[in-house]
Parts: sequence; structure tokens; C-alpha cells
Amino acid sequence: MRDFARLFTALDETTKTTEKVDALVAYFRTAPPADAAWAVYFLTGRKPRQAVAAAKLRAWAGEIANVPTWLLDECYEAVGDAAEVVALLIPSAQSTTELGLAGWVETRLLPLRALADDEQKGAILAAWRELDLAECFVWNKLITGGFRVGVSQLLVTRALAKVAALPQDVIAHRLMGTWEPTPAFAAELVAPDSGASDASRPYPFFLAHQLDGEPAALGEPSEWQAEWKWDGIRSQLIRRAGQTFLWSRGEELVTERYPELAALGDKLPDGTALDGEILPWSGAGIMPFAQLQKRIGRKTVGKKLLADIPVVLMAYDLLELAGTDLRPSPLSDRRAKLDALIPQVSDARLQPSAVVPFASWEDLTVVRRESRARQVEGLMLKRLASPYRVGRVTGDWWKWKVEPYTVDAVLIYAQKGHGKRANLYTDYTFGVWEGGRLVPIAKAYSGLTDAEIREVDAFIRRNTTETFGPVRTVKPELVFELGFEGIQLSPRHKSGIATRFPRVLRRRADKPAAEADTLENVRRLLTPGAPS
Amino acid sequence: MTRLLQTTDAGLYCPPGNFYIDPWRPVERAVITHAHADHARPGSAAYLAATPGEHLMRTRLGADIDLQCLDYGESITENGVTVSLHPAGHVLGSAQIRLEYQGEIAVVAGDYKVTPDPTCATFEPVKCHTFVTESTFGLPIYRWETSEEIFAGVDRWWRANRDAKKTSVIFAYALGKAQRVMAGVDASIGPIYLHGATEVVTRAYRASGVALPETKPVSAESRKHEFAGSLVIAPPSAAGTPWMRKFEPYSDAMASGWMRVRGTRRRRALDRGFVLSDHADWPGLLWAIEATGADNVLVTHGSTHELARYLRERGKNADVLATHFQGEADEPTVNGAEAVE
Ligand SMILES: [Zn+2]
Ligand SMILES: [Zn+2]
Repeated sequence: MRDFARLFTALDETTKTTEKVDALVAYFRTAPPADAAWAVYFLTGRKPRQAVAAAKLRAWAGEIANVPTWLLDECYEAVGDAAEVVALLIPSAQSTTELGLAGWVETRLLPLRALADDEQKGAILAAWRELDLAECFVWNKLITGGFRVGVSQLLVTRALAKVAALPQDVIAHRLMGTWEPTPAFAAELVAPDSGASDASRPYPFFLAHQLDGEPAALGEPSEWQAEWKWDGIRSQLIRRAGQTFLWSRGEELVTERYPELAALGDKLPDGTALDGEILPWSGAGIMPFAQLQKRIGRKTVGKKLLADIPVVLMAYDLLELAGTDLRPSPLSDRRAKLDALIPQVSDARLQPSAVVPFASWEDLTVVRRESRARQVEGLMLKRLASPYRVGRVTGDWWKWKVEPYTVDAVLIYAQKGHGKRANLYTDYTFGVWEGGRLVPIAKAYSGLTDAEIREVDAFIRRNTTETFGPVRTVKPELVFELGFEGIQLSPRHKSGIATRFPRVLRRRADKPAAEADTLENVRRLLTPGAPS
Repeated sequence: MTRLLQTTDAGLYCPPGNFYIDPWRPVERAVITHAHADHARPGSAAYLAATPGEHLMRTRLGADIDLQCLDYGESITENGVTVSLHPAGHVLGSAQIRLEYQGEIAVVAGDYKVTPDPTCATFEPVKCHTFVTESTFGLPIYRWETSEEIFAGVDRWWRANRDAKKTSVIFAYALGKAQRVMAGVDASIGPIYLHGATEVVTRAYRASGVALPETKPVSAESRKHEFAGSLVIAPPSAAGTPWMRKFEPYSDAMASGWMRVRGTRRRRALDRGFVLSDHADWPGLLWAIEATGADNVLVTHGSTHELARYLRERGKNADVLATHFQGEADEPTVNGAEAVE
């Protein structure tokens, strides 16, 4: 546990990527395989089911630290993190522990779930007595399932590749899919490349970057392919060894949730891997994303849901054909092979993501304006000569989203942020006018610069009219321009509308609150095609 | 409240004695707890402070101020009020101000810490009826490690940087914290350099007879000078300024009690945060308050409401003493932290 806590601290202390990788390499070089397996498990964002609720930990910590509830709440306000506040409050460790990470997880953490309340409490208090501040913080994070360290899977992959002296994509491949954090897995992770990969394994997804400027900066239009940017679930459909596997981008095997795509997979030739988007599709065309959401959470789907919200795979890349990894070949070749494959399969559930023809960037700019009417998020620009890369490598794939919907809204409530911003008011609720009142339409975490955040924070503190627990009601004075990815009708919201991915675009210091948008204005922006 | 103390627009006032304590506006007679900018303000006609802080007071407020000094424990009488100064352990010359009038005793602690510090006299509890305490770190999450543990961490960091041929830059408040850092680190690791603002105060410390390791001002070195392996002590305001460029490659750190919380540490985006404070931690505050035997506690400076409520729930007669410096902020911001530490 000590080494893992030290690794956590080292990762937490630096913002420099190279130093993070160095810390990971140093850890994996010396960690016993059992510990290394669990470290990979947690560092790549996997977590066992939450063993004990954070509120219980807090209450127990308050009890042993002799801190009344109201003061505990004040401490939480100042810290902003339940696991940390507990670690800071409890008495210092009375002994040290030599038990490694795997031991702590397997013999101390996992059994917690099966224990009765008072047994849990006993086990946790015993653990706290053995762990120093850093260890205790990590332990609490592991228990509450909130373990995040600002390390991406890519960094873990880089570090393991260094330790194993293997190419990164071999490691990335081994890290995908389902695996158990066993010593055997840790050993396999860094074992020499045998070439024998599990039939189910998807390829690491290649991710696009946001294009912020104009596409002219990308050079010759003829070197690029444009497609619509679909608003669905990124996935890989794989057919190997007579079996079908459907993977979502969260590296989750979702074959059973989409039986129509499982059936489609069975029709693919053996040794095929398609990259595409799962989209809800009625006979008339694409349905709103909200419809797809009804299927996302379901492990099993009933007949009615299948009939009401059928899905298709909008394929845009072919990663493997006849068992050959096509990723090193250029997109133009892969696309030609995909276009040849789709008619062979001849199934309406497999559709090609149409290539949008264009001669100049100006043309494309005009075409992009159709995005909203087509219910897509904008365009994807892919370099025709590019291989299919691993992860988020800049330069070859760009998402060129349409301008989000924008609304000028007034800051009405504020709450403190968490983690890095625990002492500043950075979580805002915004309202628009309706009949002389401001109705809340969006909650957004700050999209402001640090200087602006401080200014707004100071404003909030000076202009609080009421407080409800952590929430402050603020004098309606500051106007902000908000951006949304979408707006839909929603009977569940006070304003009658729901905003998707709201964010603060800028402060409108030039606008008095009275001139902010009205709910009527916002309703006019309603996403076309949304259920109404 | 007590008839010995009263809050006014100019600051805390002792009506029978007719003097102010740490006034924020110029007054006739000011009794000063210590030389930090939020306690010792210029412009008053006459000052009273503890003898060990004389050089600091003159450095901060001007060589020609009308300053009367008292040794710790020595007393004078002002209009019938007996005034004496007692070590507060905060920085060099920091004093708790004891007031006695017709059998009633009040102590204004100013800023204090209860753990030993080689650069100043250690806090001594003074029995009183009314105790005015600070509460900068008045939440139970604030608990300090021993100085030995903290400086072992600083030394490890400095040594590792030295071995990696990097400069170690530590941000510490120029008065008090900086000198505590130089006195606390293992000076055999490498040379120690000081920022100009730190250098001025450090000279006053040396002139006051505080033993400190050898240091050099950064400004005395040429532009091309190699700082690799050395420790540079600078005020927090130097972070992120072009002045830092000459130390490349460097690792930076902040020495402050606020570093106890991960969010504050991360917000500063520094390589390290050392939890080193010149204020009492939560157990320190509770211990000090208990040790005075006071029934009345007035809380100022920081988490005032929290500490006062906690004390009240434990049977003390505790209240918040409103001061000028709390303003609208309900807790110190990062910048505020620099002002009070
Ligand atoms: Zn001070
Ligand atoms: Zn102060």
C-alpha cells in the first residue's frame, strides 16, 4: 500500500507528463505482479463496486475525531472531497502496514461489501489505524470508488510499454476488453509479444481532436475526407473465430444489449473488425440521441423497445479484414475495402457513413450548415493518407462541430467547486427571463479563466442574498453567454426544456441582466426532430 | 465582551488604557503584536512592541518611528492598565499582549503557534479571564506534523533536485516563514539564495541575533549564474513571474499551512506543497485556549464562526470578534493566505 500511495502522491504532485510516466515506470519495475495488476486496474479507471458509502466514512471519522456533524460539514466544504476530509480528520496512524496493494484490496477491501454495518465500521476503523495520511486518502478513494489521478490509460500504456520494452499498441491491445487483475494478467501484460491475441479483443479506438480554427489550416482539401459527425455510441463490431463481439468506446462488451447488431455481426466474414457508430434508426432515418439513451443502460432489451428504437451500425472504418490488421494502411484503402464489403453483407443494419463530397473548404463550410437539420454534430475531417492510430494523436482526425446553441443567461445560484476548486464558487446555475422571473435553464461548471473565476467568486461572496446549505442565491446581475450542444423539451425541468452539455462561453460584461434572453427565445432554438 | 477591549473603526481599542492594539488606521498610541503587514501599520504617533522585534518593526515601518520596546514579561502601566508582552511563537518578536485593569485580565494573542521555532521565542500560555485568539486554521482538518518531519521532506526534495541538477525554489512569506525555512533545512545540501524582499527581512533577523545559515542574495549574481543544486527562497508573489526564468530548470514548492488541502495545493500548480505554518493548528488552538484558563474567548482572523461555535458547545463563553480584515470573504483565498501568513 505504501508504494502505491507514494505513486499516487508522485502522480498527483506533477503536471508534467514525462514525470508521471517516470513515476509509473519506477512503480511497475519494482511492484510485485499482484500489486501491479491492481494498480493497472485502478489507474485505468476501473473500480470494484462501491464498498461503503462516503457518508458513512464521514460519519465514522467525525465520531472518532470527536467532530460534530456541523463542523464535519464545514470541513467538507473547505476540502471538497469526502475521502480526503476523512483522511485529514482521523487520528494519525498507530502502526504501519507492510501489506501490499493486492493484499489490501483482496483481504481488506473486497470483503467489506459482505459485512454488516457494524462489522464494516470495525474493519474500516482498524484500517485507518494502520494507514498514514497519503495511504489513508488512497484507501478511502478505493473504498468509495472515486479513484482518479489525472493519469490517462494512454500514460499507463506508455509506462508499461517502457517496462516491457514493447510497442505501445501491443500494450494498449492487452489492456482492452475484460480482464481480471490477477498476477497472471500482470505478467501477461509485459510478456514478450507472442502475436496470439484474444479473439474478442477490439483495437484501441483512434480519437479525433476538436478543430477550433478554420479548416483551411489543414492544407489541401483533396488530402481530406469529410463525413458527418454522428451523435451515437462509438463502437467496434468484431467477427472472429465464429463469434461476434460488439464493443463500446468505454471498452465495454455490449453485444447482448444490441441483439440486432449481434445478428448483423454473424453475417460478417470471419476476421472482420468494423469501426462505427451505433445510431437509433427508424425507417425514416436517424432518431434523437435521447431515444438511444433509453437503450444504453439496459442489459437486456424487450421486444417493444427493440421495435420502437431499432439501431444500426453506421460504419466508417475497416480495421481488420480476413484476419489482417489493416490499421497501417491509409484511410483511402481501408475505405475502399469497407465500401466493397458493405454490399457483400447486404444488411440494412450495416450502413456506410456517407462521404461528404467537397472541392474547397468554402464548399464544406456551406455544407456544414446542414448539420443541425441532419441531426448531426458537424463534420469529421480525416486525412486520406493516415493510418488508423492509437488514442488521441493530433493531426489526422478532426471533429469540426457546428457552433453550439448560444444563450445569454443570468447567474442566479452558485456553489463551490470540488477538488482543485474546492474553495471557489465555480458551479453556477443560470436563468433566463419568463414573465419578470428568472427560471433556471442550465447548470455549468466554469468555462472561465482563472482571473475571471476569482472575479466572479468575489462577486458571489459580496452579493449573496440567501444560502441553502452549500448553495448561494446571488443577486441577478452577471450575464454569461452559454453554449449548448442541444436543447430539448423536458417536462421534468422547471423551465420545460433540457439543455445538453451546457458550458460557459464568455462573460457578457456589456449586457445588463434585464437584457438577457427570455425563455421564449430559448424555446425557439429547440432541436429539430426532438419529441414535442 | 470586556470593558478592557472594544472594536472601533480604527481597530481594537483599550478604553481605560487609551491605546489601540494592531490598529489599521494611524492612532496616537499603538501596541503591536508583530511586524506582519496586517498587524503593524504605518502612521501612528507612538508604538509599543516586544524588544526582539525592534529591528523588524523599524525595517517595516521606518527607522525613525517612535517605538518603545518591552522585554517579554516586563510590564508598564498606561493610565492604570498594566501592559506586558509574552511570546506568541509566531515570528521573531511576536507577542501576546496582556492587559490588567482593576483585577481583570485580558490577553490579545495576535497570531501565534504553539510549536517550537528556532527563529523566535516559544509561545507561553498566559492565564487570563478573556483571551482573544486567532483562528486562521480553525478547522479540525488542520493538524501539523512536527518540524522535523516537515523539514525531512523539504530536505529530501532539495537533495533530489540537486542530484537532478535542478534549482529548488521554495515560496515562503518573507517575514518569518522564510527564516524558519533557512533555519530548518540541512544547509549542507547546497547554497541558499534569497529573493530581494526576503533578503531585507533576513538582514533584520541577523541584526536581532537570530542564528541563520549563510545565504546570498539572488541579485548579487550575474545573469548567467548557475543556480542548479541551490535552494532559492522567495515570497509567494514571485511565483509565475519572469524573475523565475533564471532558475531553469527548477522544481517549485510552497511552504504554507494551506498546503494541507490537496485542492489548494493543486490550484497553485506547484511541484510541492509543504505544510509548514506559523499559525497554530486545530489542536494547538484548543490547547492554547484551554491553557489560558479563560472563560471568555473572542475569536478573530479566519474560521472565526466555526471555532467560536465549537467552543460554545464545549461550555465556553465564546464569540466572534469582528475585524476589518475578514471583509466579505468567508475563508481566506489563496491571495489572502499570503497576506496572513
Ligand atoms: Zn502574522
Ligand atoms: Zn495575521
